[in-house]
Amino acid sequence: MAEVTETQLPGVGVRYEFTTHDGARLGVLHHHGGRREVVVYDEDDPDRAASVLRLDSDDSRTLSELLGATQVTEAVRAMQQRIEGLTLEWIDVPARSSMVGRTIGDGELRSRTGASVVAVIRGESTEPAPGPDFAFAAGDVAVAVGTPEGLELLRVALRS
Amino acid sequence: MTLLLAAAGGDAPTAFIELGAVVLVLAVLCRLAGRVGMPAIPLYLLAGLVIGDGGFAAVDVSEEFIELAGEIGVLLLLFALGLEYSSTELRAGLRTGSRAGIVDAVGNFLPGFGAGLLLGWDATAAIVLGGVTWVSSSGIVAKVLSDLGRLGNRETPSVLSVLVIEDLAMAVYLPVVGALVADRSAGDTAVTVAVALVAVGAILALAMRGGDQLSAVLAPASNESLLLAVFGLTLLVGGLAEEVQVSSAIGAFLVGLALSGVVQERTTALIEPLRDLFAATFFLSFAFGVEASSLLEVLWIAILLGLVTAATKMVSGWVAAGSLGVAERGRIRAGTALIARGEFSIVIASLGVGLSDGRDLGAVAAAYVLVTAVLGPVASRFADRVPVHPRLRELARR
Repeated sequence: MAEVTETQLPGVGVRYEFTTHDGARLGVLHHHGGRREVVVYDEDDPDRAASVLRLDSDDSRTLSELLGATQVTEAVRAMQQRIEGLTLEWIDVPARSSMVGRTIGDGELRSRTGASVVAVIRGESTEPAPGPDFAFAAGDVAVAVGTPEGLELLRVALRS
Repeated sequence: MTLLLAAAGGDAPTAFIELGAVVLVLAVLCRLAGRVGMPAIPLYLLAGLVIGDGGFAAVDVSEEFIELAGEIGVLLLLFALGLEYSSTELRAGLRTGSRAGIVDAVGNFLPGFGAGLLLGWDATAAIVLGGVTWVSSSGIVAKVLSDLGRLGNRETPSVLSVLVIEDLAMAVYLPVVGALVADRSAGDTAVTVAVALVAVGAILALAMRGGDQLSAVLAPASNESLLLAVFGLTLLVGGLAEEVQVSSAIGAFLVGLALSGVVQERTTALIEPLRDLFAATFFLSFAFGVEASSLLEVLWIAILLGLVTAATKMVSGWVAAGSLGVAERGRIRAGTALIARGEFSIVIASLGVGLSDGRDLGAVAAAYVLVTAVLGPVASRFADRVPVHPRLRELARR
């Protein structure tokens, strides 16, 4: 892997940069809110970002998948198929969700939906097997297991 | 509600009609500004000039309410600013940008200070004008960089770290000015300044140390209760800070600084609409106190001062970007990005409007912000098109 330099942008986020094997200088901006920007530096003026691609968190997930994270997804899909009738899903908790600030127990998620939250991804860290006292925050991604119907109910509960 | 009624002398319907009309005017102006890619602050100020005393349409019943809402606007502006930075970012900004920060402070404070003295004002008013010309508008700069797609540019971290240092310097400057404005005898002023600085230091230490605990306490709150808690805390700390002669704005700034992690992100999203609403009324109420005729009288001073301090900001940007090894083009872009003055300059000027030269000060500050807030974004847009003198290129390579 190429050497990646990291620069803090106070009030904005973090910028990562590296040089491709072709010699192009590429940068990725992580905004505090979860937005991403992909920039390519100008050849004549290496300080200038020549083209800019603006991605929200959904777009960047799609792009990263297209760029090769698919292998991981395929592996997961293969695993899912082994457990007949059960599905594993990632459900994000948006800021508007009524579950933000409430615990898994409060929401009675298990008894209401039949699906179980088996892990919660928060930023860089992961909470494996969260208990009923675990409180959701905006931007969390819940990893849940259940029947397709149960997961649909859980999705509604977590996203609205 | 009772406040509004008290302000309105019991005439709530009139107050509603006035407020509604005024806010709708602001909405139209904001939209207009967005259309032409300009910051909205100059238009808000112009609206305040037209609506306020000596303008065409006077607002009487709701004026007191708008004034109080404006004061809250200052607190929310500073709170949101503090919220943008984490303590690691502050430290990084201080480490990389302190040299440029000093060049920036000296180069941009002195023109305003000197202009104040030349106009025959007393030293305190001149110091306030120095602050007005010193500090770039974080809001306008961030928006311009984002609109022009320059956040990824290599000079951008240097621009942002100049802003960080200016904002931190305000934590010292605002209490000092507050003390200078309040007191007259030199001895008293020295004591007040000392007390104010100790208080700022104490709150800052508390904010850095206790920030995580505060965030942990607030984390499980629902959006509604988080908003209420944060809003209440900001007003409370702001008020307490004002009681001990530290400016309330700095109290609010430090509360914002103290919040971190997920709470910081959630609060940013929650407080934004409130801040926009109250900040707009702040610019309005500031302009209420300025007479349109006196603004026209001092417009030439503001234009002159604007041009001089545009040049000094170019120097700030040149030095700041140079420390990152950026070439001449990027250094010019950094300079032009910093030209715009805005919300901070108005906050500083509002401290001085009670002085004997306060009326002139308010008029100069308003005209100055009008000039630079328009000049900055325009200059930024054309920064890549101006021809660069070969000498300048040599200077950058050295």
